[in-house]
Amino acid sequence: MDHLGFIAVVYGVTFTVIVALVVRTLSQGRNLASKVADKDKPWT
Amino acid sequence: MNEQTFNARVATPTTRLIGAMAIVSMAWVVIGGLIVTPKDVDQGDAVRIMYVHVPTAWVAYLAFIVTALASACWLLSRKHSMGFDRVAGASAEVGVVFMAMTLLSGSLWGRITWGSYWAWDPRLTTTAFLLVTYIGYLAVRGLGGSLEQRARRSAVIALLAVLEIPLVHFSVLMWRSLHQKASVLSGDGDIKMDGSMLTTLLVGVIGFTCTFAWLVLHRQRVLAMQDAMQMTQLDAALRERASESADRVEGLK
Amino acid sequence: MSTQLSLGRVARAVAAKDLRIELRSRVIINQVFPFAGLVMVMFAFALDNDDVLTRVAGGLVWLATLFSLIIIIQRSFVVDTADGALEAQRVAGLDPAGIFVGKALAVMVQLVTLEIMLFVAAVVLYRVQLHADGVVLLVTCIVSATAGLSFVGTLYGGLTAGSRGRETLLPLLMLPVVAPVLIGATRATESAFNSGGAAVSDGWPWVGVLVVFAAAFGLGGILSFGSLIEE
Repeated sequence: MDHLGFIAVVYGVTFTVIVALVVRTLSQGRNLASKVADKDKPWT
Repeated sequence: MNEQTFNARVATPTTRLIGAMAIVSMAWVVIGGLIVTPKDVDQGDAVRIMYVHVPTAWVAYLAFIVTALASACWLLSRKHSMGFDRVAGASAEVGVVFMAMTLLSGSLWGRITWGSYWAWDPRLTTTAFLLVTYIGYLAVRGLGGSLEQRARRSAVIALLAVLEIPLVHFSVLMWRSLHQKASVLSGDGDIKMDGSMLTTLLVGVIGFTCTFAWLVLHRQRVLAMQDAMQMTQLDAALRERASESADRVEGLK
Repeated sequence: MSTQLSLGRVARAVAAKDLRIELRSRVIINQVFPFAGLVMVMFAFALDNDDVLTRVAGGLVWLATLFSLIIIIQRSFVVDTADGALEAQRVAGLDPAGIFVGKALAVMVQLVTLEIMLFVAAVVLYRVQLHADGVVLLVTCIVSATAGLSFVGTLYGGLTAGSRGRETLLPLLMLPVVAPVLIGATRATESAFNSGGAAVSDGWPWVGVLVVFAAAFGLGGILSFGSLIEE
């Protein structure tokens, strides 16, 4: 594949960032959820 | 104070479904984009960047629209329901990340296709401008103060941004037309797409949109909990002050 | 509610107050004007080419104006927040829209004065030539651009005024927003100066952009200033 480096950077950065965002949001969520009463959680 | 722990689950059936759809679509994009689809007639392998660039650009603009709409809803809703404000904030946070990724992928695509990492064409310039606007909006959200103040200020800023974007885009368009560059820079527009290419692109758009929705839903739940904690701490502090002064009054009697 | 002064009267009173304070303290005159002049000199050091300077003089004047605008706006609100005067005005029931227009007017007066000084400096330092047929264009450009800049500056200045290090947010918020003014005013100015072969007639569409911008943010500011200064 031509320009493999550029393509690898694009795919690599994009998916790594997305995964990192997902992981961070989930862990923040779980951490907070254990400290906050269920009545304050709008989705429960 | 009792350190009670509560249920640490944040997922709901909706987010699980959206999450699953996102994962499947992303996998399709990677396999399709890197392996299954052929080289483009004109661009060669550079077109593979488009399978990522177009969806992230779409999400970035969608996020901006969501922030603006949620801000308008907050302003117009009679009880100023905080859910709107949280969605606006969450959407902007996700949007700024996707905007940055869009500029990166677009820049690298440009390097391959036109030989330079940047060009002052209207669409790129407006995109860069939007990125800075997002950053400013998030900075305003971080100014502190009560939840209502945060919501009001950021809602106004978001709607002012909606006002400026067309002004900026139009002025940049007028500006660049002075230089009469042949606009090769329409990027994705002129590619003749073969079936698998089009499918991969569409799946990418759907998949990234699902990712966006998942991220915003979860992030605004986080914000809801953070706001709830802030209120609880505020209540506790107020109650302490009240009991302090009550004690003092007692002592004076 | 019915004892409220009209927007026009509030605006005039606030503008007069701000200008009187400036005339007495001379902070803008003594500090910002020299700063702007200094920026013009530093451009010459950095760009080091007489032809380039003459060619880009329009842009340099407006850049120097924008940098000075930040300081002028911050000063405009320091005057009010130092003793809680903005709060007092709001609590006293003064229409925030009137405060907005008044402060913007005072900023406009100071800014136009600054710009005239900068254009004179451009003629002297960058050897720009202004012919008679470019004067009307230039004047219209200055008025409309300054109106837009003053409205945007007052609006975001109100938001970032106050304690807790909000003032540093002003340039980040304001400068992207005034991009259309920078683009439009510079192109119109270049047309007025015939820089790089631009014809005077080319400048008028840009003045149109400037007028639309000023109208949009004048209206936007009138509607939203109140919400932004609420503490």
